[in-house]
Amino acid sequence: MNKFTLHTGIAAPMDRANIDTDMIIPKQFLKSIKRSGFGKNLFDELRYLDEGQPDQDCVGRPLNQEFVLNQARYQGASVLLARENFGCGSSREHAPWALDDYGFRSVIAPSFAEIFYNNCFKNGLLPIVLSDEQVEQLFAETAATEGYELSVDLQRQVVVTPSGQEIAFEIDDFRKHCLLNGLDDIGLTLQHADDIRAYEEKRRQSSPWLFDAIK
Amino acid sequence: MAGQTLYDKLFESHLVRTNEDGSSLIYIDRQVLHEVTSPQAFEGLRIAGRKPWRIDANIATPDHNVPTTERSGGVDQIVDPVSKIQVKTLDENCDEFGILEFKMNDHNQGIVHVMAPEQGAVLPGCTAVCGDSHTATLGALGALAHGVGTSEVEHVLATQCLITKKMKNMLVRVDGELGVGVTPKDVVLHVIGVIGTAGGTGYAIEFGGEVFRAMSMEGRMTVCNMAIEAGARVGLVSVDQITIDYFEGRPFAPKGEQWDTAVAQWQGLVSDTDAEFDEVVVIQAADIEPQVTWGTSPEMVVGVSSQVPNPANETDQVKIDGINRALQYMGLNADQKITDIKLDRVFIGSCTNSRIEDLRDAAKIVEGRQVADNIIQALVVPGSGLVKTQAEEEGLDKIFTAAGLEWREPGCSMCLAMNPDKLGNGEHCASTSNRNFEGRQGFGGRTHLVSPAMAAAAAVTGHFIDVRELIKPELVK
Ligand code: SF4
Repeated sequence: MNKFTLHTGIAAPMDRANIDTDMIIPKQFLKSIKRSGFGKNLFDELRYLDEGQPDQDCVGRPLNQEFVLNQARYQGASVLLARENFGCGSSREHAPWALDDYGFRSVIAPSFAEIFYNNCFKNGLLPIVLSDEQVEQLFAETAATEGYELSVDLQRQVVVTPSGQEIAFEIDDFRKHCLLNGLDDIGLTLQHADDIRAYEEKRRQSSPWLFDAIK
Repeated sequence: MAGQTLYDKLFESHLVRTNEDGSSLIYIDRQVLHEVTSPQAFEGLRIAGRKPWRIDANIATPDHNVPTTERSGGVDQIVDPVSKIQVKTLDENCDEFGILEFKMNDHNQGIVHVMAPEQGAVLPGCTAVCGDSHTATLGALGALAHGVGTSEVEHVLATQCLITKKMKNMLVRVDGELGVGVTPKDVVLHVIGVIGTAGGTGYAIEFGGEVFRAMSMEGRMTVCNMAIEAGARVGLVSVDQITIDYFEGRPFAPKGEQWDTAVAQWQGLVSDTDAEFDEVVVIQAADIEPQVTWGTSPEMVVGVSSQVPNPANETDQVKIDGINRALQYMGLNADQKITDIKLDRVFIGSCTNSRIEDLRDAAKIVEGRQVADNIIQALVVPGSGLVKTQAEEEGLDKIFTAAGLEWREPGCSMCLAMNPDKLGNGEHCASTSNRNFEGRQGFGGRTHLVSPAMAAAAAVTGHFIDVRELIKPELVK
């Protein structure tokens, strides 16, 4: 999993409450055997004017020019500003996969749906909860300034605006530790690799037939 | 100090460490992979730049959505594009990482839970995982086997460990001797009927008592296979001479001196006589007759001589609603006799009942008889290429085809209808598989779970019948 320490990037505003995971990545794309490559279908129904099909080449599909991510000024955005209850609906882990694959590293909103919030951490994406007023302020500043960038400093738990204003956020210590060190469940287990190796060596001694048999 | 159960021994002997949050890291000796739950796990490894911890702990085969009709054209001939891509992806992943795979047209290919024991790929005393909930089948070998999800498949690939919590111990003891025509499938369906589909939740169930001691390995696998339908992620049988004899000479079983060391070790894989179980359920073998599920959950099961239940006899509203819903879906009436249920299709196969003994049981019943006119299709799908060959050597395929049943290539087939073998809307099927959930065998399909002998009897009569009437009519009152 990607580490998250300090990230600075263009902010894109999704000015709509209750964005559900089906909007983030519609169900026809779930049949894939992969967990990468969902970025081109992120917000598919909002982003394109036609109906997207799995395995379709999205280059040349008619774009909804109104949609925020299609506007020139938000190209390359990596911090998503959102409204309340972001990520509600089905538990599909494809939603954070799609956001991550598109290039987002952090989502800032007044509230998140719980499963989505959890799934973000498993995938190196940092969801940040700020107050309604703080989120409102960031929306206003983003709209006012082209190329508006936000810095997210996980170590210090602050979002830094271009003017240098620091907005503090809360995060669970354990989750912070995992993100800072790029530890998913596998990463956490691999911290005990020495224990695993030691066990394995004992096992090889006591039950050698379980090793190098299946080839 | 009280003795240990088999589960305690297997768990403790694989414990790598206990985590701060109380969960445990246990070492996994074997992972069995198939095409449906592995692609995203391999993809996850690649994205994170990881490699499998240990290649030789893995073995793979495609089973869930391979076609079971003539398939010599290979993977490219698979019609359904999603199935084709899943099977191809498994091939590519195994080739890339160097994992041994029995590919679709390999003679050793088969349903994961049939292939793994028959190859000796999973052995007594092993821990094993597979991304399929019926992995508990392997507990019959005296192995600790867990069904896992895709993220755990990836975790085990990357770390050779599973994060888990120790379960409680339950003993299901069946005393006495089974009657003629009563099979392991009937035993496990009866057990599920007694303890319910959630009765085993949080437990590792050990099956003990005279009935299991006398049962063959294949029968024990049928029983452990359905532990999950009683809510238990783990089903187990203590090791005995039957277990040891089963493994002698299997391709991946130890040989020579190692065999002797292994046998000495395996003999200790039994629950101690003074082991304490958190829960004990005792059942008398004499109370078990051939079973038939009438509803949409495996616990909705009765003996073939009884009737579909009547909600009017229940007091609990949740139960009443459940019965009503199931009756409606199944198109049955309260108090209808089980033997009056007419069937449209018959499926003999799945990881529960597709081994050689199952096929022999079924062949015995259909031999010299004909599939009834109202049966649209009766499928026999062997669990693996090896089972298929064995059956053909014994002439079972001829018996089936002469009676009007179809003889297929190995795979999961109509167990979950991911390949073209499906029930039509509203059709009733006598099936030897393990799940009778709504739509499991096809949209609107109505599944009745039974033993291979009972399915065969249904095929030749067109409705349910006590198979003992076909074996030894004088036994049935
Ligand atoms: S036969 Fe059915 S239950 Fe068994 S592994 Fe295949 S799909 Fe799963």
